[in-house]
Amino acid sequence: MRSDRGQRAPLGLKIAAACGLLFLHLPILLIFIYAFTTEEKSFVWPPPGLTTQWFAVTWNRPDVWDALSLSVRVAAISTAIALVLGTLCAAAVSQTRFFGRETISLLVILPIALPGIITGIALRSAFALADIPFSFWTIVLGHATFCVVVVYNNAVARFRRTSGSMIEASMDLGADSFQTFRHVVLPNIATALLAGGMLAFALSFDEVIVTTFTAGQQQTVPIWMLEELIRPRQRPVTNVVAMVVVLVTLLPILLAYYLTRDGDQIAGSGK
Amino acid sequence: MTSAVSFKQVSRHFGSVRAVDAVDLEIAPGEFFAMLGPSGSGKTTCLRLIAGFEQPTAGSISIFGDRAEGVPPYRRNVNTVFQDYALFPHLNVLDNVAYGLMVKGVGKAERLKAAEEALSLVRLPGYGARRPGQLSGGQRQRVALARALVNQPKVLLLDEPLGALDLKLRENMQEELKSLQKVLGITFVFVTHDQGEALSMADRVAVFNDGRIMQVGTPEDIYQRPNTRFVADFVGSSNVLPPDFVQRYSGQRRWGSLRPESIRVSSATSGDGVAARLVGTNYLGATTRLALDADGLRLHAVVPAGTALPAEGEAVMLTFNRDSLHLMDEPA
Repeated sequence: MRSDRGQRAPLGLKIAAACGLLFLHLPILLIFIYAFTTEEKSFVWPPPGLTTQWFAVTWNRPDVWDALSLSVRVAAISTAIALVLGTLCAAAVSQTRFFGRETISLLVILPIALPGIITGIALRSAFALADIPFSFWTIVLGHATFCVVVVYNNAVARFRRTSGSMIEASMDLGADSFQTFRHVVLPNIATALLAGGMLAFALSFDEVIVTTFTAGQQQTVPIWMLEELIRPRQRPVTNVVAMVVVLVTLLPILLAYYLTRDGDQIAGSGK
Repeated sequence: MTSAVSFKQVSRHFGSVRAVDAVDLEIAPGEFFAMLGPSGSGKTTCLRLIAGFEQPTAGSISIFGDRAEGVPPYRRNVNTVFQDYALFPHLNVLDNVAYGLMVKGVGKAERLKAAEEALSLVRLPGYGARRPGQLSGGQRQRVALARALVNQPKVLLLDEPLGALDLKLRENMQEELKSLQKVLGITFVFVTHDQGEALSMADRVAVFNDGRIMQVGTPEDIYQRPNTRFVADFVGSSNVLPPDFVQRYSGQRRWGSLRPESIRVSSATSGDGVAARLVGTNYLGATTRLALDADGLRLHAVVPAGTALPAEGEAVMLTFNRDSLHLMDEPA
C-alpha cells in the first residue's frame, strides 16, 4: 500500500509524532523559562516568580563576555581555515585523479566519525610531545579538524554535480585560472560553501569535548557553562547564556538548510 | 600558405595507452574539417590538443603558424563547442555568450551588443534573459555556438556537436552549421563518430583508428576510394573483399572494397556473376539492405525500396560494374 498525498494520517500516529517533538523540544523551552526565574540557587518548578534581572546581571559579568568573545573568535578562525582547506581538498579530490585519492578522502572525513574524546586526547598528547603550550591557536586547531570535514563534505557534493567541462569552457573562452575560479567555480559552489561554513561555525561554537583537551585554562562558552553549573549562585545567568547560544547556533543552521536546498535547484537546472 | 592547424608527428600517450600516435595533419584555413572514428580512436584527444586541454607527449602543433605547445587554452585564438555544451548555469544566456569578452575586459555595453548579435547569428534573438536550464537541447547548442563565435576564433572546434540532438534537429543543424561556416569563413574542425555527418558536412575528412589517421581526403575519396580495410568498413560499411576474390575479377591480388549499393541482385541462377544465397533482409525505409552469402563470404547489398526481392534462403546472382570494385593500397 502506498500513502497518497491527500490521505490523512491516523490519530495515533499524529499523537506519537507530537509526543516525539515535545520530548525533543520541551526541555529546551524549560531552559528558556528558567532564565526568567527569581530563584537563583536551584531550579524549582514552577518558578516562584518571573524577572528579567538576569539579563542585566549577565550583561555585567565580564567572564561571560570573555567566554563569548573567545568562542566567537575560535569559531570564526576555525571556519575560515576550514573554508580554505576544505574547498581546496574537495577540488583536488573531485576534479583530479591521483594515487591515494580514496585514502585521502577517507582520512579527511575520519575526524568527524572519530569520537571527540579520541581527537581530544590525541591532540593533547601531540601538543604535549611537541611542547606546544595551550593557547587560542590550540583550540582553533582542535576545532579545525572537524570544521574542515563539514566544509569538505558540502563542497565535494557540489563539485561532483558541477560539470567538469564548465571549467574547460571558461579557460577555452579566455579566462585564466583565477578568472575561472572567480567567475565560474565560486558562483557555483558559493551556497555550498556558505552552508558548510555556517555548519562549521555552529559546530565549533558549541563544541565541548575536544575543547576540554585543547583549551587549558581558557573558557569557551560551553566550558564556561559547565563550570557555572557547579557554582551555587546566580544560576539563571547560565540559562540566559544558553538562550543566546541556541539562537546564535540555530539561525546559521536554519539558513544553511535553506541555502543548500535552493542550491540543489540551481545545480539541477544546469543539466 | 600557412595551415590553420598543423600536426607534425604528434603523439599523446597516457601511460602505456597511445591515444594519439605520430599523427601528421594539415588543416587549411577556411576548411570544414571532420575527424571521424570510433570511440577511443584518438579524434577527441586531437581536438583537445588543438584546444590546449592536452599537451603532446611528442611532436609539434602549430595554429596559423604559431607554435601551440605549452600555450594554455586561454591564450589560444581557438574556441570549442563542447559535447555537453558546458553552459554556465549561474549566468543567463546573454552573459554566457558575453563571457569570453567579459574576461578579456571588453566594456559591458559593447560586449552585450556583440553577444546579442551572436545570438541573432544562431537564430536565437531575444533569448538573452533566459537561463540555460530553461532552454531545449537544440537551443542550448546554439547558445554554445554563439558563445564560441562571439570571440571571433580563428579555428572553431566542435566536439560531437550534434550527438545529443534528435534526428530531425540534427539534420537541420547540419545544414545550418555548414552555411554558417561558409558565411563566417572560419576554419571548423569537428569530431564525430557518425560517418554520414562527416561525409555530408565536411570539405575533408580524417578517419581515425587506434590513435592514428588511416586516411585523409574529400568525402568522395574516403567513401569511393578507401585505402584500408578499416576505412572501407567504417565509412559506409563497404564490402571488404579478400585478395583471392579480387584476383578473380581484377587480375590483381589486392584487398578490394565494393559499396553495397554497387551490387545488383538478380534471381537468375546461371550466367555471369557471383553465385550467392540471400540470408537476410533489413528494411530501412528508402532502401533495403540484403545480407548475402557467397560461398562463405558475407556480403551486403543495398537496393532501392520497391525492388522485387527473392525469398530468404534462395540462390541469387550478384553482378557489379568492374569500375566500382576499388582496389585498396593495404598489402594483401
